[in-house]
Amino acid sequence: MSCERMESRILGYLDGRLKESEKLEVEKHLAKCAPCRLRVEEFRAVSGLLEELPVIEPSPEFDMRVHALVAAEPVKQSWWVWLHVQPRVAFAASMLLLAAIWLGHYRQPQTQSPWNDPVVADEQMMQDLPVLEDHDVLSNFEPLKELPPPVQNEEAQSQQQPM
Amino acid sequence: MARTDVQLMLDVKAGDEASFELLLHRYRTPLVNFLYRMVRNREQAEDLAQEVFLRVYRAREDYVPSAKFTTWLFRIATNLALNSVRDTRYRKLEISIDAPITTDAEDGDERPLDVPEKRPNIEQHLVEDARRKMIRHAIDKLPEKQRAAVLLHKYQELDYAEIAKILACSESALKSLLFRAYEALRVELAPLVAQQVRNQG
Repeated sequence: MSCERMESRILGYLDGRLKESEKLEVEKHLAKCAPCRLRVEEFRAVSGLLEELPVIEPSPEFDMRVHALVAAEPVKQSWWVWLHVQPRVAFAASMLLLAAIWLGHYRQPQTQSPWNDPVVADEQMMQDLPVLEDHDVLSNFEPLKELPPPVQNEEAQSQQQPM
Repeated sequence: MARTDVQLMLDVKAGDEASFELLLHRYRTPLVNFLYRMVRNREQAEDLAQEVFLRVYRAREDYVPSAKFTTWLFRIATNLALNSVRDTRYRKLEISIDAPITTDAEDGDERPLDVPEKRPNIEQHLVEDARRKMIRHAIDKLPEKQRAAVLLHKYQELDYAEIAKILACSESALKSLLFRAYEALRVELAPLVAQQVRNQG
């Protein structure tokens, strides 16, 4: 193995993250290469020096600030979440839906009346025509309009009088 | 048995706020430390870490566990940090190119956890302080992407495939990035490295 290839393996070797075959290869190279041996020692020293830096603790207010940021977040609520929170509303909505389906389903045959058939409807209208004509004649009969209003019966009149 | 990050995130998606709290507790310290070492300002690091958690919360409804949770989390953090570093650099250039730039760390902002209360002597304290300062400066001098790679590799102990995904590069490109970063650190910290090698030998 060349010194250049050591570059990609030297840290892995120090960390103990190399595969067994790679590790043996590195060790074989180190046995005959003094500069690489020195570099491994120096990298090990750098790693040790980095460990000397102390760990800092977050300030006591840290959690509180995170809580405040999270609490200030707008609550995203979909319809489903709202229904989940309001079981009565969810129940009422489902009942309404069932009622709508039931009405739609069972009222359908009733709407299949003979009137929906144009031929039957025409026949029925022809049969009813004399009645309609009589109604038209009576409602437009001028002498009938001139008649005085109907006289209310006496009993009704006596009930309306104050005691 | 503790729930995995993905399980917790799926619970958050289902509306469980307590799972979000667990994720917050699990990752606030690693995130703040990562961001602090990226941006070199404690307050800014905390603001960015809070923004990361807010983005996680906002994305809960669309969360699909297609990758490891840490990959997703640190990808958000890295992008925020890189943008922040670039913005800050631009602002500093705008203000003055002559004024000396001091960092929080130089002002003694860092509060180490592992420092014993009673120090053997003041001299040792000064030596330790100087070493830390050198190490911090060496990390600060790395280009942002190399810095992010080193921090994710060294402090978060993420594997190469994960870091490559976070930095949107191939695994071989990441190995090259890390090698160059360690080379730069080796040169920058030469006196400390030589001392360390002597001690190891």
